[in-house]
Amino acid sequence: MSDTPVKTLSDTHAIREVLAQHGRLSVDVHSLDEDSDLYNAGLTSLATVGIMLALEDRFDIEFPESKLSRVTFRSVATIAEAVSEIAG
Amino acid sequence: MITPVIDVTEEAVLNCDDLLKQVHAIGKDVLAEYAAEVDRDARFPAESMAALSRAKLLSAYVPTEYGGMGLNILQIAKICEALGQYCGSSAMIYAMHCIQVACVVHHGQESAYFRQYLRRLVEEQRLMASATTEIGTGGDLTSSICAVEIEMDAFTLTKKAPVISYGEYADDILVTCRRSADAQASDQVQVLVRRGKYKAEPLSTWDTMGFRGTCSSGFTLTAIGAAEQVLPTPFSEILSQTMHPYSHIVWGALWSGIAGDAVNRARAFVRAEARKTPGETPICAIRLAEVDQVLQEMRHNVLSLTREYQDLLNAGCPDLFHGFGFSIRTNNLKVSCSQRIVQIVGGALLICGISGYRNDSKFSLSRHLRDSYGAALMVNNDRITKLNATMLMAHKEGY
Repeated sequence: MSDTPVKTLSDTHAIREVLAQHGRLSVDVHSLDEDSDLYNAGLTSLATVGIMLALEDRFDIEFPESKLSRVTFRSVATIAEAVSEIAG
Repeated sequence: MITPVIDVTEEAVLNCDDLLKQVHAIGKDVLAEYAAEVDRDARFPAESMAALSRAKLLSAYVPTEYGGMGLNILQIAKICEALGQYCGSSAMIYAMHCIQVACVVHHGQESAYFRQYLRRLVEEQRLMASATTEIGTGGDLTSSICAVEIEMDAFTLTKKAPVISYGEYADDILVTCRRSADAQASDQVQVLVRRGKYKAEPLSTWDTMGFRGTCSSGFTLTAIGAAEQVLPTPFSEILSQTMHPYSHIVWGALWSGIAGDAVNRARAFVRAEARKTPGETPICAIRLAEVDQVLQEMRHNVLSLTREYQDLLNAGCPDLFHGFGFSIRTNNLKVSCSQRIVQIVGGALLICGISGYRNDSKFSLSRHLRDSYGAALMVNNDRITKLNATMLMAHKEGY
């Protein structure tokens, strides 16, 4: 399942792909910086559910409740950080 | 930012008991007096709202430093429940007004304009309405088509609103819209438009089954004003921290009041029956015990979420609102209360029988029953349940 080694998440390509597919953003996610605010780019808290499910599938992880916050999904960088933290 | 609401002192709670007595007196003398007429003619309950203004209840939630009563959400919910026992439409208008006041109290105090507005609201007992839904967005509060356009220090705004409750009678209206002409649909703000500075062209009438006195017609709203009339907090935060929980609490409370009055009428009927056959409990008394049980569940459900919300407000930490848990529970409260009110009033009707079915009897439950069916529709239960279904895929209880 996990086709991107979690340890090399500095490459955030996989996360951007998930965002492109499930984020319902109003701008091209590939044009955003790692630290750009995704909520300003149209992300809604409901869309984060789809993103979470896709990330779980992609990285073979399970998000704990504590990570399901606005802070986690704020940017590509914060998502990458959460994913690597959950994956250990 | 959310401004923490300071917990009330014991003294304030005691005063609130006196205040509740006063609210019940207004309910008996004014709301109940005109409830049938307001319902029959689908007219604004002007007498009720004037009585509530005279008692300064329109500024009940405004902090004392601005001259308001400084009540908390638990106390506001009690007032809404009390009013619901006398006239559902008046209680609904009061509850909706309180929601708008709360938006300004929680999210406007950092602005000099809104601090001044709160003082004027207290002095003039201004009635606040809300224009959230928009024609073309399919009932979704979290996206707007219209945008506030700011040039220099002035704004213009036009919104086609399918529903603005008591829109014709409000002094000021909080209107959701996009932040600017080039903002995303979900990048919303709330703008306070003031009487005299907006034009409301009717789009539809309000001839409904229940809550007829709320006069919730549609309007095309065209407003001008100063840039400082935009609330400084993004609407997404106002919604999650205030409008969403506050609405479902005060609605649940006033629906409990309507249900409570239906149970009172059923009890009066059972007592009349009992007097006819001394020493014997009438058969309909069994059903009274049943509806009372559901009413207790409904009230406790409201109280429990109200306490949780008050605790979150006391904590003064907006991050606490970001998880799905509180949002899901708030939605559950709304759906549950809107179902229980129908169940309770329906049960009361069975108790009162033909006397409850009549329009010309003191046991009549026609208005209660018609009002109660509206509860599931104002923010449709199916929409809310679908939102919960989505959030529950991610939310894990206690994990």
